[in-house]
Amino acid sequence: METNVTKTNIPAISEVEKPPLLLSQLVFLRFKRHKMAVAGVFILILMICYAIGGTFFKTEAFSLVTDTSIRLNAPSSVHLFGTDAVGRDILARTIYGGQISLLIGLIAMILEVIVGVLIGAIAGYYGGILDSILMRFTEAMLNIPQIPLLLVLGKMLSDKISPISLFGRQFSGSVIVIIAVIGLTSWMGLARIVRANFLSLREQEFVTAARCTGTKNRSIIFEHILPNTMAPIIVSATLAVANAIISEAYVSFLGVGVMPPTATWGNMLNGAYNYIESAPWLWIFPGSLIVLTVLSINFIGDGLRDALDPRALTQAE
Amino acid sequence: MGALLEVKNLKVQFNTLEGVVQAVNGVSFIVEKGKTLGIVGESGCGKSVTVLSVMRLIAEPPGKISSGEVLFEGKDLLKIDKIHMQNIRGQEIAMVFQDPMTSLNPVLTIGKQISEAIIVHQHVSNEEAFKQTVNLLELVGIPQAEARYNDFPHQFSGGMRQRVMIAMGLSCNPSLLIADEPTTSLDVTIQAQIVELTKSLQSKFGMSVIWITHDLGVIAEIADRVIVMYAGYIVEEADVFSIFENPVHPYTLSLLKSLPRVDSRRYERLAIIPGSPPDCIHMPAGCPFMVRCGFAIERCGVENPLLEIVEDDHKAACWVDVKNGRAE
Repeated sequence: METNVTKTNIPAISEVEKPPLLLSQLVFLRFKRHKMAVAGVFILILMICYAIGGTFFKTEAFSLVTDTSIRLNAPSSVHLFGTDAVGRDILARTIYGGQISLLIGLIAMILEVIVGVLIGAIAGYYGGILDSILMRFTEAMLNIPQIPLLLVLGKMLSDKISPISLFGRQFSGSVIVIIAVIGLTSWMGLARIVRANFLSLREQEFVTAARCTGTKNRSIIFEHILPNTMAPIIVSATLAVANAIISEAYVSFLGVGVMPPTATWGNMLNGAYNYIESAPWLWIFPGSLIVLTVLSINFIGDGLRDALDPRALTQAE
Repeated sequence: MGALLEVKNLKVQFNTLEGVVQAVNGVSFIVEKGKTLGIVGESGCGKSVTVLSVMRLIAEPPGKISSGEVLFEGKDLLKIDKIHMQNIRGQEIAMVFQDPMTSLNPVLTIGKQISEAIIVHQHVSNEEAFKQTVNLLELVGIPQAEARYNDFPHQFSGGMRQRVMIAMGLSCNPSLLIADEPTTSLDVTIQAQIVELTKSLQSKFGMSVIWITHDLGVIAEIADRVIVMYAGYIVEEADVFSIFENPVHPYTLSLLKSLPRVDSRRYERLAIIPGSPPDCIHMPAGCPFMVRCGFAIERCGVENPLLEIVEDDHKAACWVDVKNGRAE
């Protein structure tokens, strides 16, 4: 038995065989097979380009100009998507509204993931009384219907917070309220998933082994166990973006979400309600943008779920 | 040589819905510096619980160390605070587990897993930890250690993984290595390699080893002193030669009989021990081995024998003098 293997003339691994695929490469290959998900990625990229690239063609000020002499104009060469009830250009508003809608989706998702993962991880890892308290709290939160809460809080708070500027843009303070409310009322499902995974993973021998080498609890939770449960978190996070965009559209449509003049795809629908038949361009454009975005994100989520699930490997071959 | 670890009258129990499981019932032993202590016994006899209690890794609740002392270099490990214990784990006492398939984190590279322990305990830079890790991997016989630093556990075979586990255990030069059935899930040739590796590393670093197994063959190979456990009790304790040449307890005797031997005749069947170990919730009043013991006398059903000195340095817990076939 040789305990001191000296580096003799053994060829390097790379010369003998191709190195095995990294997990990320494997996931990419499997994701590619999911046609709808790939289409989803393209549409989503298109949407992001639309919302960001559009700023080079239309200024934000232009999206806020009201001119009642041209109200409810049908799409034309001057106003490609037509104008709304107070004469604002709908194309410009979908561009700047898209930024807000996507931003709300993204930040609400980040908030949701942080809260959900923290609560789930702590409850699952420590167990016992802490677990009971956190899970009862989660269940209590689940009992609060999200939409009415959004409506009430939106109504109460949306005009209380002063406008803020970010990325050189002026936002209505209600954007912050909507993000916070959506983020803080949708983490429960994720927390439960994370907790369930932690419960089973903490009994694994590698966790005991990590404790044996004197690893601290914090590092066991975040460096050892969390990477093992990334797949469901990534999938949940993706779907959370879509849900946040829908929720925002919902409350804004009812007029208690993001306050005008800041545009979002959701609150553009609000004004369209009275003109469903007489001026369909008011809702067709923001409405289709919401549907396309949410649908593509959901397809991406589906694709990721299949790509990240190791058991899906065989049937997809 | 002085004692590195001294366990005195350790009792561990688990509170379950069915009742209190008496897992370890007053176990005492000494591990001397640079020596190897073997712990043998069948599944569920409290071997692992004993060493996990030494590491303070028993989940509380449901587990509870109800009494005893674990003196490591004079300090009682059961009394010191958590932060201190965290420093002792890995730095002073390291542990290698039974199943190398599950005791490495599947999503972290082995280099990361080993270097982490080095960084935690020695507070060194990443480059220094990398160098030390590569050295360790070479030490435990992983070829092209540098190239394999960034490999994941699934890219290693079982024996290689166990080597990685040992490298992880050795990362901070511990004075005591606890190996909890490290060769059970490996095949015989790999098993021999791991035993050899441990022995060579032991002589190199002068560390003590506690080697848990139910394979007496491995014990003969590696141990200096052996304790035989049954139902949470130590039933026999002696140096490795006396255990094999001069076993005193009926249980040890039966274990040895059930071992295949090179010199046995081919048509002879291996001896078995009838029955199964007692339920540790409802412990019998007398000797726990009595129902399975061929030598049992009346007294065995009433009183549990204590571990007593039979010859110098050889202890056993039995009422019967097995060799002469009569009650003491």
